[in-house]
Amino acid sequence: MTDRNEMFDRLKDLIEPFNKKEVDVTEATTFAGDLEWDSLTVMDFVAEVEDSFDIVISMNLQAEIENVGHLVDAVKKLTD
Amino acid sequence: MTDLFSKFDALIAQREGLLATGVKDPFSLVMEEVKSPTVAVCNGKETILLGTYNYMGMTFDDDVIAAGKKALDEFGAGTTGSRVLNGTFQGHKECEDALKEFYDMKHAMVFSTGYQANLGIISTIAGKGDYIILDIDSHASIYDGCKMGDAEIVAFRHNDVEALEKRLKRLPAEAGKLVVLEGVYSMLGDVAPLKEMIRVSKEAGAMVLVDEAHSMGFIGENGRGVAEEQGVLDDVDFVIGTFSKSVGTVGGFCVSNHPKFEIMRLVCRPYVFTASLPPAVVACSATSIRKLMHNSNKRAHLWENSKTLHKGLRDLGFQLGTPEAQSAIIAVIMPDLEKGAAMWEALLANGLYVNLARPPATPAGMTLLRCSLCAEHTSEQVSDILDRFERAGKAVGII
Repeated sequence: MTDRNEMFDRLKDLIEPFNKKEVDVTEATTFAGDLEWDSLTVMDFVAEVEDSFDIVISMNLQAEIENVGHLVDAVKKLTD
Repeated sequence: MTDLFSKFDALIAQREGLLATGVKDPFSLVMEEVKSPTVAVCNGKETILLGTYNYMGMTFDDDVIAAGKKALDEFGAGTTGSRVLNGTFQGHKECEDALKEFYDMKHAMVFSTGYQANLGIISTIAGKGDYIILDIDSHASIYDGCKMGDAEIVAFRHNDVEALEKRLKRLPAEAGKLVVLEGVYSMLGDVAPLKEMIRVSKEAGAMVLVDEAHSMGFIGENGRGVAEEQGVLDDVDFVIGTFSKSVGTVGGFCVSNHPKFEIMRLVCRPYVFTASLPPAVVACSATSIRKLMHNSNKRAHLWENSKTLHKGLRDLGFQLGTPEAQSAIIAVIMPDLEKGAAMWEALLANGLYVNLARPPATPAGMTLLRCSLCAEHTSEQVSDILDRFERAGKAVGII
């Protein structure tokens, strides 16, 4: 079991290079609203997360991930 | 009451903003007269058509038209029925026979449009617990097929063999997998590295579907598409195609050697729950498909046209979607939507029709002027086209 805070920190590090607006990232930060990512950025970021954790985040699952907290939950579930 | 249309407000505003700059609406053009596969009358002006996907110019072929007229006389205007009830006429079987011969495959299934062929096959064969692995730049009909089915959808970066392979390896070994690829991608006109992609797909135990809509009739030794050209057609489980491009009519199909393929006629809803193609359309299509088997001269001329246009546009200083001509689609990249719409209108004023393509249909948020060549474009027309691009490009300030 990966610690939730540790997972958040790892994902936050992956978000930073894409965080062009320099938003202060919390679990409540939304990808479309707060970070204002377009579909291309989302694709690049998802690929980055997938490669870092050696997982696949299907588009079905992506549709349910709106904020960073959702992503932490999803990646934890896929890696545990 | 919540107005259900409020979700379109941003698009409505963008469209109004564009039209307020004085450009004509690029999405409401009417062709008043169509003179040939390459010439129509638009806004009262004779216009060269360079955005029709009518690659082989079969729309006005004498034999194709004669077959359609005969079928209209003998079988009537429509079938008024589903393929599985009263909607399968002699012509539908002849069309499927022509496809089987064209692709040298055991099974062929004709749909009412190419869109429905992707929608039907993809949503039906990949079910709950299965995975569909697709290129991120896939056509809308592929995405809609995914959305209609119950499979898990996994996307990989456009034409990236390594990204595909990595994702395939991460999926459960025992799960059913369908890899969906296109031979030619219609926005930029680029070709997929099918040979490598199909190899890694097969190694991962996946079935492979290739949409060859934009390659039929002129890519590959027998015009069977990019998979044939790259020597891997035997490893493709399902080829999807359309009649609305090289064949010159309307309709879609899937050909396959899968031993159980015929069951699709009973379980594929976009095949069952819609009316079949009219008799004239299937008669025209069957005749056209058979003629497409033998026309290497026309193919050679189409390639010559494509290469000449690509080089000419590049020499004029336009930015193009591919470094060289890879198909009969040449995509000219515009700086933004406003300039793209202005250039489109300037070309039309110069008597040249191309497609204006913009997000979300285009990759990477690009605005494109998409040109598709026809085997019936003469060399003089191609040089005219280049002159018109030069005049319009200078007037709009793109070159």
